[in-house]
Amino acid sequence: MGKYIIRRLIQQIPILIGVSILLFTIFHFAPGNPLASLFSDPNMTPEQIQQLQEAYGFDRPAYEQYFDWLTNMLRGNFGRSIQLRQPVSVLIQERMWTTFQLAFGSLFLSLLIAIPIGVISATKQYSIFDYAGTIFALMGISIPSFFFALLMIRFFGIHLKWLPISGAQSPGIIYAFPYNIIDRARHMILPLAVLGLTGAGSLMRYTRSSMLEVIRQDYIRTARAKGLKEKVVIYKHALRNALIPVITLLGFSLPTLFSGAVIIEIMFVWPGMGRMQFNSVIQRDYPLLLGINMFLALLTLTGNLLADISYAFVDPRIRYD
Amino acid sequence: MIKEDKKKKQQVDPNAGAKKEDVMGPWKIIWKRLLKNKLAMVGLATIIVVALLAIFAPYLTPHSPSAVNMAKTNAAPDNVNLLGTDDLGRDYLTRLFYGGRISLTVGLVSTSIRLLIGVTLGGIAGFYGKRVDNFIMRLADIFSCFPFLPIAITVVALLGPSIYNVMLVIGLLGWPGIARIVRGEILSLREREFMEAATALGISDFRKIMKHLLPNTMASIIVSATIGIAAAILTESALSYLGLGVAPPTPTWGNMLRSAENQFTLRFRWWLWIPPGLAIFIVVISLNLLGDGLRDALDPRLKQ
Repeated sequence: MGKYIIRRLIQQIPILIGVSILLFTIFHFAPGNPLASLFSDPNMTPEQIQQLQEAYGFDRPAYEQYFDWLTNMLRGNFGRSIQLRQPVSVLIQERMWTTFQLAFGSLFLSLLIAIPIGVISATKQYSIFDYAGTIFALMGISIPSFFFALLMIRFFGIHLKWLPISGAQSPGIIYAFPYNIIDRARHMILPLAVLGLTGAGSLMRYTRSSMLEVIRQDYIRTARAKGLKEKVVIYKHALRNALIPVITLLGFSLPTLFSGAVIIEIMFVWPGMGRMQFNSVIQRDYPLLLGINMFLALLTLTGNLLADISYAFVDPRIRYD
Repeated sequence: MIKEDKKKKQQVDPNAGAKKEDVMGPWKIIWKRLLKNKLAMVGLATIIVVALLAIFAPYLTPHSPSAVNMAKTNAAPDNVNLLGTDDLGRDYLTRLFYGGRISLTVGLVSTSIRLLIGVTLGGIAGFYGKRVDNFIMRLADIFSCFPFLPIAITVVALLGPSIYNVMLVIGLLGWPGIARIVRGEILSLREREFMEAATALGISDFRKIMKHLLPNTMASIIVSATIGIAAAILTESALSYLGLGVAPPTPTWGNMLRSAENQFTLRFRWWLWIPPGLAIFIVVISLNLLGDGLRDALDPRLKQ
């Protein structure tokens, strides 16, 4: 097992280098100068512009810039944001947790919805419940998340006025202890609901088909034959095995969570990484954008690796070679 | 010679013609199975209707999608403008039809790009194996490392928002999935007896891949292409909604939904944001239904 993990870790290195080269190339050949917004300042002298170019290293050949960027990154230095004038790593750290709240909260919600429905759908295949569940899952997969968000904002935020529709907390008011938590929670409900419900669809389909496969196995028949209660057969013997592939999907869905969160963060003015990325796109803040993308790629890689390892860990049938 | 042989066969077996009808080709079997799947047929019918509405848009509406009428802006639906007008007084239903053209085109073209790259690279990797395979698959790993929407937003923003860039980005980022499927199938097909026969006949690698291996992977390619078109339409709409996709005045369902950024519109002018959103939803769900149906029809073992 230890050997397997180490080998998988080593395999990630060339991929990571490939990702960094590709990302750097995209940014290097992108049109437009990221410092343009600073140059437009009429008080800047040509010398100052030259100094800035040198400070950001934009005057040197591409490969030198790349190696600088890479070695700095290995030391934990992701560069400096041009617009926000702060280190990228600090900015990412600040926003990361609000994004994580949304991402993991919605993942939890998805699982809470998807696994029970998926299991019941599978055990009562072709029942009305199964059809309803399947249609619900398909709708979750097919509805554009931003349209769903608009519907929720319109109904729960504007029509019923039940929930706040933007930000992570009420602006300008400082609440005392229990109320600040409640205030934050209220702000989270709508974005969480949109992400969780749309994410539940594919997880549910996956749980259902995995469960269907498992309950046809011989060992389930054996479990029934030895007189176990149906509940024990399903929830102890079958579910455990059916969840193995779902675990893999969780690892792979880590990047999707962040991807999906981008548009939801923008819609609900959620102060996370996605919105920061969107702003950096609009303002052509290349160092920040590059840093965020590299961070997300790293996260994806970690997710895939975790999925692989946990899969091998949970299922001894997986061969390590 | 051959003609004589044929004649002989006919003489020996006078029922050859009748028997031929009993033997169905694989595609016919699949089609028959698909016909039985009601949900898939509903999906297919819906897609055909939407495609026809988009294609024949100019003949279906008396309005032009870009005709501005400042005397009648943001008007509610009436007898002249069945879905009302937008902020420039353009007929909304007409724009919805024309928007369908763009959304469907983006879906088709970007999926074609994905297929072209994915099938080519997957085919090469699976057929040649070893170092070529290793190289291509690591490349696929690298590409699938990019979180889709963030990198799509980045690249489209760097290249500038346009329909071509959207199609290119979706196509370039999406190929690894297809490549993995094709490679996996070819790896196992390669070892089959009919490939040994092909080698014995001395046909070229190119012909082996094109004529013998790829047709056998068609089933999975079609399924993932169908679902891929749905995903591409969703991505295009999201990018256009963010203002990074297809730029106005060209209508697409995604950038038409931008009107809902206006709180007043979101509140009081349902016709400006519900119809394009529903259009995306209906087309995507139809494509997914068809994709599911195709998967079941192509491989009944998977039907559960």
